[in-house]
Amino acid sequence: MGTHVIKMPDIGEGIAEVELSVWHVKVGDMVVEDQVLADVMTDKAMVDIPSPVHGKVIALGGQPGEVMAVGSVLISIEVEGAGNVKESAQPAAPVKEAAVAAPKVEAVVESKPVAAAAPRPAVCQGPMVAREANERPLASPAVRKHALDLGIQLRLVRGTGPAGRVLHEDLETYLAQGQSNASSVSSAYAQRNDEQQIPVIGMRRKIAQRMQDATQRAAHFSYVEEIDVTAVEELRAHLNEKHGATRGKLTLLPFLVRALVVALRDFPQINARYDDEAQVITRLGAVHVGIATQADIGLMVPVVRHAEARSLWDSAAEIARLATAARNGKASRDELSGSSITLTSLGALGGIVSTPVLNLPEVAIVGVNKIVERPMVIKGQIVIRKMMNLSSSFDHRVVDGMDAAQFIQAVRGLLEQPATLFVE
Amino acid sequence: MQTLNTTLLIIGGGPGGYVTAIRAGQLGIATILVEGQSLGGTCLNIGCIPSKALIHVAEQFHQTQQHSQHSALGISVSAPTLDIGKSVEWKDGIVDRLTTGVAALLKKNKVQVIQGWAKVIDGKTVEVGDTRIQCEHLVLATGSKSVNLPMLPIGGPIISSTEALAPKSIPKRLIVVGGGYIGLELGIAYRKLGAEVSVVEAQERILPAYDAELTQPVHEELKKLGVKLYLKHSVQGFDSKANTLQALAPNGDTLNLETDQVLVAVGRKPNTQGWNLEALDLAMNGSSIKIDNRCQTSMRNVYAIGDLSGEPMLAHRAMAQGEMVAELISGKSREFNPTAIAAVCFTDPELVVVGQTPDEAKAAGLDCIVSSFPFAANGRAMTLESKSGFVRVVARRDNHVIVGWQAVGVGVSELSTAFAQSLEMGAQLEDIGGTIHAHPTLGEAVQEAALRALGHALHL
Repeated sequence: MGTHVIKMPDIGEGIAEVELSVWHVKVGDMVVEDQVLADVMTDKAMVDIPSPVHGKVIALGGQPGEVMAVGSVLISIEVEGAGNVKESAQPAAPVKEAAVAAPKVEAVVESKPVAAAAPRPAVCQGPMVAREANERPLASPAVRKHALDLGIQLRLVRGTGPAGRVLHEDLETYLAQGQSNASSVSSAYAQRNDEQQIPVIGMRRKIAQRMQDATQRAAHFSYVEEIDVTAVEELRAHLNEKHGATRGKLTLLPFLVRALVVALRDFPQINARYDDEAQVITRLGAVHVGIATQADIGLMVPVVRHAEARSLWDSAAEIARLATAARNGKASRDELSGSSITLTSLGALGGIVSTPVLNLPEVAIVGVNKIVERPMVIKGQIVIRKMMNLSSSFDHRVVDGMDAAQFIQAVRGLLEQPATLFVE
Repeated sequence: MQTLNTTLLIIGGGPGGYVTAIRAGQLGIATILVEGQSLGGTCLNIGCIPSKALIHVAEQFHQTQQHSQHSALGISVSAPTLDIGKSVEWKDGIVDRLTTGVAALLKKNKVQVIQGWAKVIDGKTVEVGDTRIQCEHLVLATGSKSVNLPMLPIGGPIISSTEALAPKSIPKRLIVVGGGYIGLELGIAYRKLGAEVSVVEAQERILPAYDAELTQPVHEELKKLGVKLYLKHSVQGFDSKANTLQALAPNGDTLNLETDQVLVAVGRKPNTQGWNLEALDLAMNGSSIKIDNRCQTSMRNVYAIGDLSGEPMLAHRAMAQGEMVAELISGKSREFNPTAIAAVCFTDPELVVVGQTPDEAKAAGLDCIVSSFPFAANGRAMTLESKSGFVRVVARRDNHVIVGWQAVGVGVSELSTAFAQSLEMGAQLEDIGGTIHAHPTLGEAVQEAALRALGHALHL
């Protein structure tokens, strides 16, 4: 028997640290070659770490949310024959990790009777533990620290040790059953005193940082204009009817992408990146349109590259492909970076107006609101038209209000006369 | 004016401050520590360490003197003499080694130490002389000062513990004002070094912070050593011409106690004066700075640790707080949540209290088993010529979880480790009773106390 140690790989662009997102295995699991052990994340790309060997997991090198140095031990696997670690070179660290991790194996066994007891919440639910309200839960310093790291309030944890002592495995059990307990509150009007602490890690931390950074650095200036999309919607319906079966259905997004491409020709200052540290604005010839996408783990912005060189259907297919990849957390780093302008749409939930936050270092973001049928006055007549608002934000540090307004008016003109989208 | 920028600034180089700095250095936090006097603070320079050194000298001297008179051990020596200058030199050597060690550790961890008195400007700015230091996080660790009595101003024959720890000569007569642990530790040491010692205490017992059963062996030892106790006596003043201390007896009489020196040891108070702490206008808790369970004061990113943050004023508490604060600043999640903090009196015999006493447990509404095991039945204690004292355990009756330990006896300070460990791990009586304790050691009394609580002590 030997130990095979897998280190945190360098997954690109010379990044020194990688965040461990999720474990797909636990200590004691048997793994086979190519089985995915963990997902790790850099910036916005999620990467699978597959196992190169068959064997049994003996230690995990970190906890989800932990930022680990490239080259640090990610996981240790016991393998047949010699591993990649010399016996003598096996330092204290893996031994210690194994000791800490060992209870986790038992936790799996433990959790079964607990789950079975679930219908009797009086016995197994945290607050009902026979412990006085202000009584200190019994737990060793190591367990207390672990609970703090996990954001668990010890007094809510049922201790299975002697005299109700909270053990490491009790924390695991508590985490495992956390979800199911929440739903077992019987009365809709029961007073609730529970609170849940969610560590801001992974995607959420990245998003939080970026949003904060953007609102702190950029001088946001928002501009809303209503657009008559009756004509472009008619065109879209017509194209879908005629080519939908063969070329795929078109949403409004590829039309918007096209409108941006055409309008940006006259507004190069808006298809740009502003490096405020170097004080340089880079105007791009290419139009790389970021498409803000809601994934389970949070907001992601996959990028339709070279939109200027794509037809409607080409754009549509690329948007669909990227959205799926992003939602599955499998979009690559390249697919998630390098946009020059961003399009954000909440679809049917688009509301009337939004105030999008810039995707720095870009200088513009265009938000799409909901299409509604409204009575409009055209040539003295009240007619029903399909109307849609565009809510856009610009970095006022480098984009003047006049330019921004003229740009949106250009987009509006293109969308209201859809033929002009394609006239060269 | 020179301006320095740093992430963390610590005011005070005592056990709290220097531990914060070392841990912060380990975590890669840019750290500046400001100390006006000597690294190590009260503890290393004028507190814990020098007092233990002096107590050791006194004990050695006392033992030798015992042997010169009558030795049951069969040792005969001629009457010893004491070169107190040399004793102090030896003590200073220890202090020097320790403070130099602290300086080396700080250097090793890349902490910048600035000598000088800090003056707080605001929550992120401190001035030391003509240097202005800007920081993101400020840790206040200025410790505590001896409480003074207005009628006994320090000077001449009236001394504080600081002077008592660096004596030029041992006075013929010494009156200790205050029967707490500082007064008794020093009073007993001075007695053993040859002074006639009296203790004046306003309360009705010595060590009034501890229960009567626990302090009884110390009381007996004081009697044996010939230390005079004036309990329930309050000090009125000092006549420097007649060299007499006036004390009001419980019956209303005023006693005139002749003495050569008066040691004022009536407690310590947080050091909040003289460094412009007022500028921060922090919320207070009595005379100490109010902190939460992360040592955060009422001002964001300003922390207070150690004696400055109030009771218990113990170096090991300050160190634990400091270590935690450094980790908090580095972004780790921590809180100060010890089950117990051991308190030790290096009197003769020594006294240890960890966790709840029987009275405290009762006050907390706990139904407890209280059980003690005497050192009179412990072989190791006998071989140390120690007959008095005991180990006492307090445990919940319902689940046998131990909530407190107390001990009094020769060398019991070292048992504090086992006591604290058992409390932190949530041990039950059965855990301690079921742990094999080495024979012959004082620790056997710990196991036996637990067994006795379970109704089956073996050696009693």
